[in-house]
Amino acid sequence: MAQSDTVEGVEGLAQDWSSDREAFRDVPWGKGMMWIFLLSDTFIFTTFLTGYMTVRLSATAPWPVPSEVFALTLFGESIPLILIAIMTFVLITSSGTMALAVNYGYRRDKRKTFWLMIATATLGAMFVGMQIFEWSKLISEGVRPWGNPMGAAQFGASFFMITGFHGLHVSIGVIYLLVVAFKVKRGDYDNRGYEIVEITGLYWHFVDLVWVFIFAFFYLW
Amino acid sequence: MSQSQAQPSGVVYEGGQQHPLGVYIRIWILLFVLSTLSYMVDYFHVEGYLRWTLILVFMVLKAGFIVAIFMHMMWERMVLVTAVLLPPLALLVLIGIMAIEGDFTYDMRDIWMGQDTTLQPLPPVHH
Repeated sequence: MAQSDTVEGVEGLAQDWSSDREAFRDVPWGKGMMWIFLLSDTFIFTTFLTGYMTVRLSATAPWPVPSEVFALTLFGESIPLILIAIMTFVLITSSGTMALAVNYGYRRDKRKTFWLMIATATLGAMFVGMQIFEWSKLISEGVRPWGNPMGAAQFGASFFMITGFHGLHVSIGVIYLLVVAFKVKRGDYDNRGYEIVEITGLYWHFVDLVWVFIFAFFYLW
Repeated sequence: MSQSQAQPSGVVYEGGQQHPLGVYIRIWILLFVLSTLSYMVDYFHVEGYLRWTLILVFMVLKAGFIVAIFMHMMWERMVLVTAVLLPPLALLVLIGIMAIEGDFTYDMRDIWMGQDTTLQPLPPVHH
């Protein structure tokens, strides 16, 4: 940028941040920024999971058995961890529909892109719904951030913090998906290109990615 | 972007990540299978080192496929791959020191808070 174009102050700050990239060739600016954001989010979630590891390692009271805590009675039979398994499958399915939406976006098939994004958002909303059910069930059983009837007091704090923060990400993702889906339908990206669908997809796959780690470390460990 | 597959005519590409649909479908099915397998680990009560190993293997495979294929990392230039994947390695240091700290805190609680049930109770004090 030529010296004469530079602006000082807040306007200059905005201009500098929105100037074009140098290092990441062939990567749209928005996509680069999404990756930077996801990198920072990786640090947040890893810090949460590390905090959970620390309190679980140092707890002298027995840790509640997730397999039993998250069991559901279906058709008169207690099935361990079944709700969490269904939530996992719902989120993976939504990742699949999102990947297809990105593909059809680049083909400029607006109708398929729109409906695949709506399907993704619907599955995301289903996931949040099941999480609300799970939270209500645990709260009714007396699980609190400072204690619970099943064992180590740190269980509640870890559970509400980690799944709460992840659920917040899913909820924001559902809103983000709906906004972009309707803009796709309206034809906002006909001239600008459909990279935005890929960027939205990156966020959504990341939410699924975080769940993979939560599923392994919190529910299966 | 390099495009090895022949694409149907009339399809517009604009330099973004575009790959054959079959790749996504195959990975999708694979993620389903891996999730089912990790659920089976819990369902059939696999315990001990085999349990931790299986959980970690399935987790790493799922995470790897999501990042590599769904997030297109395997088709990106190395500058982006390294910028995103290398910084999180610093987190291994945090995980390492907090594992040591967690064990240490457990031992201290064992010694000072009387949680160790293997210790003999102290003899009663008579006045």
